[in-house]
Amino acid sequence: MLRWIMGGRGSQGTIEKSAALCIGEEQPKNCFTELQVLKGHFDIVRFLVQIDDFRFASAGDDGMVLVWNVETGERLVELRGHTQQITAMTTYTFIKGERPHTALITASSDRTLSLWDPDSGNRLQTVSDLHSSVKCLLVLDHLDVWLSGGNELCVWNRDFQLKCKTVHHRDAGTLTAVWLCMLVVCKESNVSWVVDLVIFKLNLSEAEMSILAIHHLADHQDTIRSLININNELFASGSHIGELILWDTVNWTIQAYEHILWEEPAGDGQSEVRIGQQKQSEMSIQHMYSDGELITAAVGSGLYVYNAVMKSIVAYRKVAHDSDILHTELLDNGRVMSCSEDGSIRIWELQDLPLAAEPASTGFFGMFGTFGRSGKQAGAPTKKLLEVPGLRSLELIGDLIGHSGAVQMFVSFGVKGLVTCSADHLLIVWKDGKRESQLRSLALFQKLEQSGGL
Amino acid sequence: MIGSPDVVAFTKDDDFGDSYTDPCLLPAEFSVPLFPHAANANPWTKTSYAKFSKDFILISEFSEQVGPQPLLTIPDDPRVCGTFDLNYFSLRIMSVDYQASFVGHPPGCSYPKLNFVEDSKVVLGDSKEGAFAYVHHLTLYDLEARGFVRPFCMAYISADERKIMQQFQQLSSGFSKASESLKSGNRKAFANELEKKLQDLEYTRTVLHKETELQKMNNGCYSTQVIEKANELANVEKSIYEHKDLLRQIMSYPNKKMDTDYVQYEPEKPVETNMVDHTFSSTHSISRDKCVETDNASQQLSYTPQLIKAKSAKCFDKRLKTLEELCDSNFFHQTMDHLNLIEKTFRGDLCFIYTSQIDWALLSKQKISSFLFEEERHGEEEENSRNLYDTDHNPHIALPSLSNLSGEPMSLESYATCVEIGHHKLELESMEGPPESSTSDITQETSEEAVDTETKGSFSSDRSIEALGNISPANPNGFVRRSTNEVCTVTLSEQQGEILPGAAPDKMSPSLGYKLDVYTADMFETENLVQIDTACCIGQDGFIYEEPLPVPVQQCCEDTVVKQEPLSLLQGDPALQVDYIFGESGLPLGPSMGLMLPEESTSVHSEEMARMNIEDVSDCTSYMSTSTSSDRAGSPFTYGSLITVKQKKKAGNSALRFIRQYPFAQQAIFCVLSGQTLVVLGAEEGTVRKLVNALSIFVPNLGKYGETVQPWLTTSFQLTDLQRWKLIGLQRVASPAGSSMLHSLSRYSRYIGILDCDNKTLRCHPYRGTVLGHMADHRTQIKRGSTYYLHVQSMLTQLAAKAFLYTFCHHVHLPINTDDQGSVELRRTNFLLQLGYTEEESKIIQFLSELIKQNFFQWPLKGLSQSVFSFSYTTSVLYKI
Repeated sequence: MLRWIMGGRGSQGTIEKSAALCIGEEQPKNCFTELQVLKGHFDIVRFLVQIDDFRFASAGDDGMVLVWNVETGERLVELRGHTQQITAMTTYTFIKGERPHTALITASSDRTLSLWDPDSGNRLQTVSDLHSSVKCLLVLDHLDVWLSGGNELCVWNRDFQLKCKTVHHRDAGTLTAVWLCMLVVCKESNVSWVVDLVIFKLNLSEAEMSILAIHHLADHQDTIRSLININNELFASGSHIGELILWDTVNWTIQAYEHILWEEPAGDGQSEVRIGQQKQSEMSIQHMYSDGELITAAVGSGLYVYNAVMKSIVAYRKVAHDSDILHTELLDNGRVMSCSEDGSIRIWELQDLPLAAEPASTGFFGMFGTFGRSGKQAGAPTKKLLEVPGLRSLELIGDLIGHSGAVQMFVSFGVKGLVTCSADHLLIVWKDGKRESQLRSLALFQKLEQSGGL
Repeated sequence: MIGSPDVVAFTKDDDFGDSYTDPCLLPAEFSVPLFPHAANANPWTKTSYAKFSKDFILISEFSEQVGPQPLLTIPDDPRVCGTFDLNYFSLRIMSVDYQASFVGHPPGCSYPKLNFVEDSKVVLGDSKEGAFAYVHHLTLYDLEARGFVRPFCMAYISADERKIMQQFQQLSSGFSKASESLKSGNRKAFANELEKKLQDLEYTRTVLHKETELQKMNNGCYSTQVIEKANELANVEKSIYEHKDLLRQIMSYPNKKMDTDYVQYEPEKPVETNMVDHTFSSTHSISRDKCVETDNASQQLSYTPQLIKAKSAKCFDKRLKTLEELCDSNFFHQTMDHLNLIEKTFRGDLCFIYTSQIDWALLSKQKISSFLFEEERHGEEEENSRNLYDTDHNPHIALPSLSNLSGEPMSLESYATCVEIGHHKLELESMEGPPESSTSDITQETSEEAVDTETKGSFSSDRSIEALGNISPANPNGFVRRSTNEVCTVTLSEQQGEILPGAAPDKMSPSLGYKLDVYTADMFETENLVQIDTACCIGQDGFIYEEPLPVPVQQCCEDTVVKQEPLSLLQGDPALQVDYIFGESGLPLGPSMGLMLPEESTSVHSEEMARMNIEDVSDCTSYMSTSTSSDRAGSPFTYGSLITVKQKKKAGNSALRFIRQYPFAQQAIFCVLSGQTLVVLGAEEGTVRKLVNALSIFVPNLGKYGETVQPWLTTSFQLTDLQRWKLIGLQRVASPAGSSMLHSLSRYSRYIGILDCDNKTLRCHPYRGTVLGHMADHRTQIKRGSTYYLHVQSMLTQLAAKAFLYTFCHHVHLPINTDDQGSVELRRTNFLLQLGYTEEESKIIQFLSELIKQNFFQWPLKGLSQSVFSFSYTTSVLYKI
């Protein structure tokens, strides 16, 4: 495509070869035709949290938390206070004066925890004398407490008072806390890989709150990378080597076990050779998302959609991105979105395969068009997967290119747009250009009406 | 482009079509009087017998020592005046008995009296010299001069009599401003001088007093020395009294002169205290201390009173103060700047002046969409000139008697306050409704006199106005005058009340405060402008005193070339002639150096003109050359500097060459117009810059400094750069260092069009339609860059107008009911289809419309780097030559 730019003939292959998929420029189903770049961070932006239906907060390695308006792109508040990178961020909604109030809890490498008011930008609470930095946060809304997971698991109340904490667990190993209601915290530590899940019980009956490890689930063979809640009956965990286990929330038994191997049939052309050289990390389940029925899992640079109710695989694409997928979500309209270290965001649609036996097109790296089917051939990993009836395909319907660094995360605001954050210090709000144009027109006439004409 | 000659000249609606009025014609107030029906006249040939090459401003003085003498000219270039005899002309203009100003001791008054004489404005003609002048007489005060006054005059000298007559009001208000500034400075300086003189006198008196006492003690009361000394003392006393009286007079000036004008002397109030002090204490030391103590003005701090010799009479060999000394230096330079501005504003042909005035008036009404393709005129200079027009168009100001209104209240030490009040006053100005009738009255009056061209005498507008005022007391004039008086007195008292209690705050840095406040004042004027300009041209119309030409039938002369020699214009139908001259076809080429585009002839000196003309001709002849690298100059656009029309016209040359050379020029222009960033890729900087420059005239919302264009980029770009720049010149680097750049090119390829000027290829979204075909026809017959620029401008204006229409049509955008999104979309598309636009052209309109909306909202908000960046997912096509 860009051969003529490159001047030489030889170099042109490199760009295209590195592209796992190329949808081309014609993307009629991609409605994100407008973008807005939000500048403000000075380092990698790692976290995005939606505050309400028009605000979100971003945080990253520069220790700043910025609150934005997704509609206007306006930077509303800057929350400064942390001296080192933010390691976790979550919203915390509590009732204050009859109406719910949303605050932000942030944890940083400077071993502090802070509670912020995103309206005023004030730091409401702060805890600074922690033994270790907190790596994950979990709010238990119905109990009005929240948990922080570092080397130890702590339970805090709304006023930032430490209610209880775990004793040191296996010399500062990973904590994976699952409480009865299946609220899940997942955590890894660089001290030692912990393979098992630990179930904690938060005991409220006594005068003093206490937390106890009551169960260990040791079925994973490698570090657990992600852990999600599916529904009231199920939760799922994914490990570094591609194991996906569905657990029962009541008795903690394994409901399903999938080992995603992305195995290659030998001798299937150069692309397969390259993919065949995959390292273990490329099967690591980096992120999972569930809407209660379907689970999407980011497996290396591939995508995997699993039906937790049917316990069957729905669709998969072994090479969905050029490098590891960092975040994936199921959208309301049944589409799957993924973002990756390669700096792109891709939108996928689940489509029925016309015929299971249809041979794949040879133009795997062709420029425009039929990529979906090619994945079937190249990415037929195991016999087991092929046997699944009703297998659907993930069709690429659009990609968003704008970031020049790994896209860490995204938050979807539905029709209002999509916010992505990246290692290039930028946030981008992707919007539907037609909708925005109409909104601007409406605003224009509103303003005209107010000012009484031009 | 709105006001370009070709558009405006045909729009004059007159008796030719009295039965039928074309609704498409411009309203009468925006029309320009046609070139008068003079035989054989080429409207742009200068009146041959004038001995100067262009209009200039002359300041002369009637010196009490040597008589009338020229002091300076603006522009200060001897070539301008050529062989024109300034001395003679000074004599002529100063010899007019314009003011019944008498000085010295008027009967019934024992003390010298200052006369606050109004300026007089006169038009003088000297047909033998071919010179006509607007002459503005004023007097400045000088303590050392005879009768304390020195007469000066400022004259705008032109070879075109009609220009002087028809621009009389504008000239008058411009020069009144300048005069006010000079006089304010002069009053300040005069007061300072008086004050020093008073100190001298006081000191002398003290010394004399001591001596007298001493002699009395020594010689007794009735010795001759004592009597002599006593006489001397009495003289000094009298002199002190006189000077105090003078000071009082000059300070009472604003109250005395009931005509809107006023000046404050706050910092001089120490003098007052001095005066009071002296009545109680005659001790020299105390008064002097007091002096030092109370004098806040730093320059007076160091003044040491000197003993005045009894016989310091006026001698003829003494050096008279220069104009700059007479007026405070700040004021003087400000005035000079203002005069320079006047000179610049009235440069060139009358038609051109009209055109640009109308241009202004129209453009200022079109702020909502004019930012798209019109060059911004927000430079300080332009701002000022706008102000000049602004006040010109204000009917109040046009009244000579009221023109003093423009004189801001001048405080002596801090200009800042005065400018503040200045814009305070401006608001008031605009609040008074424009009494248009008064304008027409005056113009009638003046035009009647103007008809009397044979006499070529002078007429004083002062008189005519006064007469007018006398005849009709119910005239709006009187009302306005009264009301402004009120306004002025109010501000005056405020001013005094403010400043008297504390003079200390006035010590602020005058230059800084002044600049800032001038700026804010300008801002205020901008706001006022819209209301004011409607009346702008009424006065001008009134000045028409020659039979206007019948309107020539407008011919469809788009893109046609006139091959005739210039001579052919001289015979034949004058209507046709005008048609040719104004027409799109541009001007005939060849040896006719005198026949130039008005804007060029006005903006440069004659030498430059000739050079530019040659340049243009060479452009026209060399357009066939396909080599882009053999360029005279890279881009006239230097990044970060103000873009002028002239630069854009030069860019028109490049653009013309571009559309001739590249068959896919339309696609490239489409790319730029639809908001897709166009990257011009090339190894050679000159070539790339040239292409960027050529395409820059198509960039919507180019910005005052061309911010949306990056003519030469050597590093890779980011997404934010694409948002900021709509046209980028990019260096092609062969080394590995260029790989990151190529990476960004390929990565963002969907957002950009790439014009490779080494391989002569273009990759961008395809364009189908006819609009751009008109704009960039590679077989175009337009030969001159500036003509092509105007052509492009008019096409772009059409687009902008359509975009405006599209943006502000309610029914297109508003949903009929709440869940109506689909139909809105449909209506939008249909609307654009009905306008006759293809899908691609609709994209242009939509992009322009978005720009208009964003501009309307003033979108960039806090923390928001840029406005939104829109794009579409369309496959790009590669075009080759």
